[in-house]
Amino acid sequence: MDNKSLRFKVIDWLLIALIILPLVAGIVLKVVTTPASDSIEITGARIYAVIPMPLQDLIISESQVNSWLVLLSVLGVSLYFAHGLSVKPGTKRQLLAEWAVEKVEGLVRDNMGERFIGYVPFIAAIMVISAFSSLISLIGLRPPTADMNVVAGWAILVFVLITYYKLKGGLLPYVKGFFEPLPIFAPFNIIGELATPVSMSFRHYGNVLSGVVISTLVTFALQSLSKMVLGWLPGFLGDFPFLQAGLPAILSLYLDVFSGLMQAFIFAMLTMLYIATGFPEEEYEARQAKKRARRAAA
Amino acid sequence: MLELAIGIILAGCAIGAGLALIAGIGPGIGEGNAVAKACEAIGRQPESKGAVTSTMIMGCAIAETTGLYGLVIGILLIFVAPNLFVNILKNALK
Repeated sequence: MDNKSLRFKVIDWLLIALIILPLVAGIVLKVVTTPASDSIEITGARIYAVIPMPLQDLIISESQVNSWLVLLSVLGVSLYFAHGLSVKPGTKRQLLAEWAVEKVEGLVRDNMGERFIGYVPFIAAIMVISAFSSLISLIGLRPPTADMNVVAGWAILVFVLITYYKLKGGLLPYVKGFFEPLPIFAPFNIIGELATPVSMSFRHYGNVLSGVVISTLVTFALQSLSKMVLGWLPGFLGDFPFLQAGLPAILSLYLDVFSGLMQAFIFAMLTMLYIATGFPEEEYEARQAKKRARRAAA
Repeated sequence: MLELAIGIILAGCAIGAGLALIAGIGPGIGEGNAVAKACEAIGRQPESKGAVTSTMIMGCAIAETTGLYGLVIGILLIFVAPNLFVNILKNALK
C-alpha cells in the first residue's frame, strides 16, 4: 500500500482530529458552564442535565460527559495506530502498536495463564481508559475517575466476571466456599467477598480524588500568597498570580501522572489476579479432561 | 437554637474528619516496613533492583487503601456531610 497517497493522509488527519476534538470540546464545555468565581471551589462533578425517568431521574454529570469524551479520544488513538497496518512493519506507529499489544499479552500470560489469553483486549481497555481518564486532569478537565460512580461501574463489572468464573467450578463448591474453614465464618466470608469491588473502587477513586483536592488547595493557597506579596501594586499587576507558575506542575507530576498511571496498572493487575484465582488451573484441566472424555465416548 | 444545632453539626463533622485521618498511621507504618525490606533486598542482591522496586511500589499502592478509606471519609465529612445533615435537621424542624 502506498503510504503517501492522498486518501491515506486525509484519513490520518481525520483520526488525529478525532483524538483532539473531544478534548477541545470538553475544555469548551467546562469554560462555558463554570461560573466565574474568585473563591476556592471543591465540589463534586457538575450536573449538566437531569432527565426524568420513572424509577429514578437520569443525571448527566460532568464525569459522565468527560468519560464519553475520553472514550471517543481513545477510539481515535486506537484507530490511528491501527491505520495502515501491513505484514512487514514499516512505520514507527505500527511498531509502537505491536509493542503495546505484546506487552499486554505478556502481562496477561504471566498473571492469568495461557487459558485467559482472550482477556487481553479487556485488560488493555481497562488500563488505557483508566489511564486516559486520570491524565485528562492535565489539561484542566475533571477526571471521570474522581467520581465514585464511574469507578464503581468498572469494579462491579469485574465483580460479575469474578463470580462468573467462580460459578464455573460448580454452584455447590461456590456456596461451600463461604462455609470454610468453619460454618461460623460464613458472614465474614460474605462480607469479604462483597468488599472486593468496594475496595477496588475506593482505592482508585480515593487516589484520584485526593489528587484533585490537594492540587486545588495548593493552587488556591499560592493564589492568595501571591496576592499578599503583590497586592500593593495597582490594577492588573496586583492580581497577577505569579507564584502559581511552577509548583502546581511539579505537584501534578506526582498526583496526576504517577498516581493516575499507577492506579490504572493496579486496577488492571487486581482484575487479572482476582479473575485468575476464581478459576484455578486444576479446575480448568479437569474440565478439559472431562470434555475430551465425552468427545471420545461420542 | 437552630444556630447552635448547626454549630454542633459543623463541629462534629470537623472533629470526625480529623479523627478519620488517624487511619493514615497504619499505611504509613506498613509502607515504611515494605520500603525498608525492599532496601535490604536490594542491598543483598543489587541485580534484582528492578523486580524488587516494581513489586514494592505495587504493594505500597495496595497497602495505601486503608489510609484512603480514611481520606475519603474525611473529604466526605468536610465537603458533603454538613449540607446533608443541616438539611435533615431543617426538614425535621419543619
